[in-house]
Amino acid sequence: MSEVVRLSDVAKVYTMGDEKVEAMKGVSFSVSSGEFVAIMGASGSGKSTCMNILGCLDVPTRGDYLLDGVRVGDLSRNQLAEIRNRKLGFVFQGFNLLARTTARENVELPLLYGRVPAAERRSRALAALERVGLGGREGHYSSQLSGGQQQRVAIARALVNEPSIILADEPTGNLDTRTTVEIMSIFQELNRQGITIIMVTHEPEVAEFTSRHIVFRDGVVVSDISHVPLTVPKGEVAS
Amino acid sequence: MTTFLQSFRIALRALRVNKMRALLTMLGIIIGIAAVIAMVAIGAGASKMISDQIASIGSNLLLVLPGSVTSGGMRSGSGATQTLTYDDAKAIRSECPSVAQVAPTVRGSGQVVYGNQNWSTVITGVTPEMLVVRDWAVISGRNFTQSDVDGATKYCLIGQTVAENLFGDTDPVGKVIRVRKIPFTVVGLLDRKGQSPQGQDQDDIIYVPLTTAQRKLIGGQFPNTVGALMIQAKSAEVLKKAEEEVTALLNQRHRVGPSREPDYMIRNLSEILAVSEQSSKVMSMLLGAVASISLVVGGIGIMNIMLVSVTERTREIGIRIAIGAKQRDILLQFLTEAVLLTTFGGLLGILVGVAGAHLVAALVGWPTLVSVHTILIAFLFSAGVGVFFGFYPARKASSLNPIDALRYE
Repeated sequence: MSEVVRLSDVAKVYTMGDEKVEAMKGVSFSVSSGEFVAIMGASGSGKSTCMNILGCLDVPTRGDYLLDGVRVGDLSRNQLAEIRNRKLGFVFQGFNLLARTTARENVELPLLYGRVPAAERRSRALAALERVGLGGREGHYSSQLSGGQQQRVAIARALVNEPSIILADEPTGNLDTRTTVEIMSIFQELNRQGITIIMVTHEPEVAEFTSRHIVFRDGVVVSDISHVPLTVPKGEVAS
Repeated sequence: MTTFLQSFRIALRALRVNKMRALLTMLGIIIGIAAVIAMVAIGAGASKMISDQIASIGSNLLLVLPGSVTSGGMRSGSGATQTLTYDDAKAIRSECPSVAQVAPTVRGSGQVVYGNQNWSTVITGVTPEMLVVRDWAVISGRNFTQSDVDGATKYCLIGQTVAENLFGDTDPVGKVIRVRKIPFTVVGLLDRKGQSPQGQDQDDIIYVPLTTAQRKLIGGQFPNTVGALMIQAKSAEVLKKAEEEVTALLNQRHRVGPSREPDYMIRNLSEILAVSEQSSKVMSMLLGAVASISLVVGGIGIMNIMLVSVTERTREIGIRIAIGAKQRDILLQFLTEAVLLTTFGGLLGILVGVAGAHLVAALVGWPTLVSVHTILIAFLFSAGVGVFFGFYPARKASSLNPIDALRYE
């Protein structure tokens, strides 16, 4: 399997006033295409910083990050925006849908910035909504959807550009147990279809659904093990 | 183009969310543009009135008046002596190449009587050139001819004011009126001229042939003298040259030299009137400038609200940047929003301004003039205000750090 992500000795130092905070102290790992990875750790362990770097929202202070063979550290702000648009899909803890905007328009947003023509935007957005089980809800506004449904719209938005990786930052943090299982089973299904997923979580129960656990502590990786994912019985999702 | 249309739609939606706020924000621009439009309309109306009056005098005119004369050690004031003659007029006409027409005049005043009506008016002796020089039409009847002047006929042309006072609605042409007790036949009725720039009623006048006036009505100290010469140059370009030619000729004819001062003076009417036109233009510019201050204040209001809007929508901006919006996209989005606010405000302002200008014209009676030109400039200016005052907030939005923006509560 091809390598999608390679971090080699990546460090990130923040300067806060006179103080320098080293959030990541030389992290190295790689992720192959088709993996479902959980990045775990307590708050302050550096997992969020790692996620920001993986998501090209931030660049490493030291070390190399290769995404699909492209060295990200040298890119300009606009080039990073382009990479985020083409190669990455984001799912956030707080859903982060645009208010007063329909589900379809939210899903179309990455295509809008990718300069995709209107008709194609529409059909691809509808297809993505179908994939997360929200067919027929494209006209609903964010405020008319439940938390789980909103997160599914967010997943559809992450999917719509056919990215190399979906990055999910605590995607179930704001959801109840039942909806958590629902969302995780969607991620599992997408992973089965070949999409690479990297997820940050601090909940071991959520990590159970993934196939690899990378654990951070104080800015370094302390363990990196494969894991047999928990599968959700089909019936449970349907209900 | 797609992106521009998209940012237009996004901006429109953002504004629709806060209709009341958008309207209040626009109010500054509406008032500013309306004030500019109304003020410029009032100024332009005033200067149009002045330039119409200038046109009513006639164009490219020089006025030659008698000057002061020193005789026997006593110096008399200008106009005390009549020093200009009909022969001067003829000489200027034939010898000055830049001069198109010369109209000599003698002026007096007196009583005119028709039936039981009488009226006191200005009586002026003129040649047929007068109507050409002053660009004055005869609406009924005819102008004088040279033979009227040569034969000193008792014909007259009357102005509208005189006609109204003596004849009411009836056609005066062919009627006989008594001017200073001498009967004259009215041969023509002059078109309406209105007020002169000095505020005189130009229609309150009777024209009689120059020679008739000299011999029978006004008669100066010396025969053949005239009160003034109105000279029309061939064009505005040669006006200065015509003045030089006339000066040279009159100096020669009046034997003006080192020991003898000129006994006449030349006034450039167009120049004098251009000054008053200039002052009204300065006035209207001043009005516009004061009004545009309110436009700047409106622009600052736009900037203020856009900054608030950027702060409010920090999270939205963060989402957009995270999923691939470039700086340019965000900049364009907020700039479009600001420009949309100001141009829409500008359009409303134009409506209010035009309505205001008409209201002023109707209520106060000032002439106002709204030109397409002004409206176009006002519209473009309002868009410009949007770009200028929207740029800083838009720039602030586009340079937000996505990580911080996403975390913003």
